[in-house]
Order: sequence, then C-alpha cells, then structure tokens
Amino acid sequence: MTSDEIRTAAVDVLGRIAPEIAARPLDAHADLRDELDLDSMDFLRFVLALHERFGIEVPESDYPQLATLDRVVAYLAARCRPEPSSTH
Amino acid sequence: MPSLGADMEAGTLVEWLKHPGDRVKRGDIVAVVDTQKGAIEIEVFEDGVVDRTVVEPGQKVPVGTVLAVIRPDGAAGASLVHDDERARISPLARKVASELGVDLASVTGTGPHGAVTREDVERAAGRRRGVASAPPPSADRATAMRDAIAAAMTRSKREIPHYYLSTTIDMHAALAWLTAENAARPVGDRILPAALLIKATATALVAVPELNGYWIDGAFRTGTGIHVGVAIALRNGGLVAPALHDANRLTIPDLMRQLQDLVTRARSGSLKSSDVSDATITVTNLGDQGVDATFGIIYPPQVALVGFGRIAARPAVVDGKVDARPLVTATLSGDHRASDGHRGGLLLTAIARHLQQPETL
Repeated sequence: MTSDEIRTAAVDVLGRIAPEIAARPLDAHADLRDELDLDSMDFLRFVLALHERFGIEVPESDYPQLATLDRVVAYLAARCRPEPSSTH
Repeated sequence: MPSLGADMEAGTLVEWLKHPGDRVKRGDIVAVVDTQKGAIEIEVFEDGVVDRTVVEPGQKVPVGTVLAVIRPDGAAGASLVHDDERARISPLARKVASELGVDLASVTGTGPHGAVTREDVERAAGRRRGVASAPPPSADRATAMRDAIAAAMTRSKREIPHYYLSTTIDMHAALAWLTAENAARPVGDRILPAALLIKATATALVAVPELNGYWIDGAFRTGTGIHVGVAIALRNGGLVAPALHDANRLTIPDLMRQLQDLVTRARSGSLKSSDVSDATITVTNLGDQGVDATFGIIYPPQVALVGFGRIAARPAVVDGKVDARPLVTATLSGDHRASDGHRGGLLLTAIARHLQQPETL
C-alpha cells in the first residue's frame, strides 16, 4: 500500500464520521479534531475504523500521533501490513 | 401519539411498520413519527395483535391521539408479517434511499445490530455514481429543530428559577483507572471519560432524589428511575438529549456501550420513542469541545442539569504542594422550586467523591 493509497483510505474513513470532508479540502497539517469538529466519541470511531480498515491496534497512548492527517498517514505507513484487511 | 419530550405538541405519522393482523411484542418498532427533532421510531408497550390503525401516514395529530388499536394476544389466525429487514433500517436512511434512488436490499448496514444508516445509504449511492458527497439536510429540518429548542429553552428560562453551582474535581484517580482499564481493552471496547462522569452523576443522584425527576402541575415528582439524558450535538446543528435508562445500575462498560449506541443513533437519525421520552435529568459534556465550564439551561419538566467542562491539566494543591493535576469543572443548574442550593451542593460533592473511587463505580 503506497502512501497515497493510505491517505485516500484515511480520508475515506474520516468521511464516514465527518461527511463534510468531501465538500472542502482538508488541511493535512491542521489538528483533525479542530478541523473536523470531532468529539471524543467521533475520534474513538475513527480509531476503531482505522483498526478495521488497516488491521492495526492503536493504543490510547498513540492518540497524539494521530493529530493531523499527515501524521495519521505516517503512523499508518509505518505499521501497515502489506495486505491490509478490508472493512467488509 | 406519544409525547416524545416535553416540548412536543404534535407529530406526523410517516409510516406504519406493523399492520392490522401483525403480532407485536413490547419494544417492537411499529411506526415512524416525524417530530421537530427528526424522525423517531415508535415502540409498542403491549404485547398483542394490531387490530386496526387509526391514523394514516401523512396525518399530523396532537400528542395523546390514538394511533392504532392493539388487541390482547391469543387471537388465532392473525396473519404474521414480520418485516425484520425494514426494522433494521433507520427512517432517515429509508428517506435518503428513496431520494437517492438506492435499493435498500443492496446496502450493507454498519449501524447497531447491522442497522442500515443514512451514511450506509449515501455510501452506496456514492459508489454507484462515483460521488462521495452527502446532500445537506433540508433547511426545513434544521429550522424545525431550532424552533423546538427555542420553545423548550424559552419555556425553561420563563418558568424555572435556576440556581447555579460549580465545583472543581480532581480527575487523577479516575483517569489513571481509565488508562489502565483501556490498555487492556481492544479499541472497540475502550471507555471514554464521559462514561465515568455520567455514572458518577447517576450514582450520586441516588442520595439526592429531589434533583431527579419532573416539576409538573406545581409539584415535584420523583423519577421512577435514574434516566440520564445525554446532550448530543448533531453534526449539522441542533441538539438531542436521549436517555440512558437506569444509568446508576449499569456497569461502566455497559454504560459506555449504550452511550456509543445512543450517539450513533442520534447522529444517524434512528432514535426510538423510549430514548427521547423520559429522561429524568440531563448531563452535558460540552467540555469535550474545549470550554472550561458549562452552565446549562434545564430541559423542562426536568429539575436539574449537570455540566462538565474540559478535563485539563491545571495547577492544584495536593498535600500542601502545587501540582499539575487533571481537573474538571462540574456545574449544576437546579430548579429552585424543587430543591435548594444546599442539596444541589451535596450532589456535586457526591459526584466528586465517586470519581475519587472509580473502581467502585
């Protein structure tokens, strides 16, 4: 999975929680919680969706590493298995 | 037409999910009703067989109007049409599906118990057309919800003599417990601080029952259980406060699961009548979005609202020394007709005490 593919998948996951992401460009350096108005329940859903999509465990202590889209992509790229599991 | 909140005067029947001859049991969803707060799935409170429906889809009727007649079970020969597929599709999803021309049979549900949500339908529509954007909700819906909130809050400020209290709570013990607990839990089972705050509030209310219930016809009526309404902001604006029933009796993991389910259903437009009709107090957790404290307006006919601000590291004196501690400001808005500030203070103190012993919650 290339970095671009990971980015596309991560944006797709975010889009299910915050549909307005499709309507405007997302600043990849901005804090996701602020940018997309995610509350802690939304963020938990995001982490759960990443787990299902990429098959990785994200411990709570790693949450700060998921602060921006760029950091999410870097985090996933470092941990992604070659054949990520699908959501369905 | 059931009352789905104190501010509801009438509702429009959208559709019947059960029909004459269908057997129903307590808790079954029999109809969808449109209210100012969105479409609500109506549950039945009796076992029996639908004898006849009285109100037709599209009709708007006042609260209290008979919608259908259900006769006691035992009548043989009633045709049984259990339409489970339909019951697992949220009303909003069904509406969106018809707008987008999506065949619901082709949509995979990701909601609770595999329910098809609006997001699932939109995703299916997007896949088909290669478009991922979601249509904005109708302006009418947003306006109606605004009107409903305006009516309830205006009534509250006009009728309820509010008093306000606040206290600062050290969350060190609670968060340490939560961190250890979550480290051992898979991501899907993790617990948010909100679950602890709600449980502590519900538990504290047992000792201060005069803050749990309703002010109706000039008198206080104690709630039959501790049903905590949780204020949930909707993504496109507006607010709903569905209830976690008997929250004081739920274990923390159960409370968290139910909270997650409630938030998901509130945001996907598939709340049920029992979710929205009988909260005995409201808890708001605006701090999640960053404010230090929130002094809420009581949702009538309730008599109290507990607010929590942001949990953040702040200086506190511990054992005679200043230390950085995770603190949260808890507030109480109380109805002075039903209780006095002294009793309200006892509630906040009890919440603080319970949060020092999270393992007992």
